[in-house]
Amino acid sequence: MSEVLYEVGTELPPVTVRFTRADLVRYAGASGDLNLIHWHERTALAVGLPGVIAHGMLTMGHAIRVVTEWIGDPTKVVDYQVRFTRPVVVPDDDEGTEVTFTGKVASINDDDTLTVTLSATSAGVTVMAKASAVVRP
Amino acid sequence: MALDAANVGRTFIAPEPYLVGREKIREFAQATGETSPLCHDLAAARAAGHADVVAPVTFPIVLTLKAMGEAVTDPSVGVDWSRVVHGDQRFSYRRPLVAGDELTVHTVIESIKTLAGNDMITLRGDLFDAAGLALGSTWTSLVQRGE
Repeated sequence: MSEVLYEVGTELPPVTVRFTRADLVRYAGASGDLNLIHWHERTALAVGLPGVIAHGMLTMGHAIRVVTEWIGDPTKVVDYQVRFTRPVVVPDDDEGTEVTFTGKVASINDDDTLTVTLSATSAGVTVMAKASAVVRP
Repeated sequence: MALDAANVGRTFIAPEPYLVGREKIREFAQATGETSPLCHDLAAARAAGHADVVAPVTFPIVLTLKAMGEAVTDPSVGVDWSRVVHGDQRFSYRRPLVAGDELTVHTVIESIKTLAGNDMITLRGDLFDAAGLALGSTWTSLVQRGE
């Protein structure tokens, strides 16, 4: 795999995605998470949500691309964690909702792994907290 | 009704192993934007030393969410799936997950807490391969909103 250069503070190339209802349906099928709030407006509204929301795991799945596209190998990620703080509402239109992911090398550890902290922002608010990945380069 | 903390420490073993399929990995990779050839191209995965295509980092949720759902909706635990939102998620690997792995999930209830009228339940899913070796673990915290 390609060599990457880094030090504490190195910022990884950001990733921006646009989630549409079709992406939510695709993730529902691929993951088996068929919860209605991720594709059925009436149900989402009935349980008090502002509308259909993306699966937290869809956001988490895309966020790690910041690391895997940088390091070039998903198996180098040995630990990955996220807290979901706000729902990502996805309207029933062609535009969908944009989410931007960024990452930064936070530490180089004694076992030669590095810890990358990640963030996800949509419509000006952060939607994940305490997000980090441990990478064995 | 609050969840009963007496359930902390209980373990639920999935009744049968989950066979990880090559096309399921490709489908999941496509759905999460993971374009690494290691997840899609058998020759590339083998050239890198893997037995088959490798799973995207968050793929274990496919197995563990199913196993956890079956565990926590057991009447003795009593989680109401329709009132649950995902709070935290973590994945930890001892080795890569590849197509062809046959994995059994052991779901452990790690904690049950009540915060501001909501119940938070934290579950650990330990993954074991067909040889009985640990592949890794997942942690899922679910928040059950008060009625």
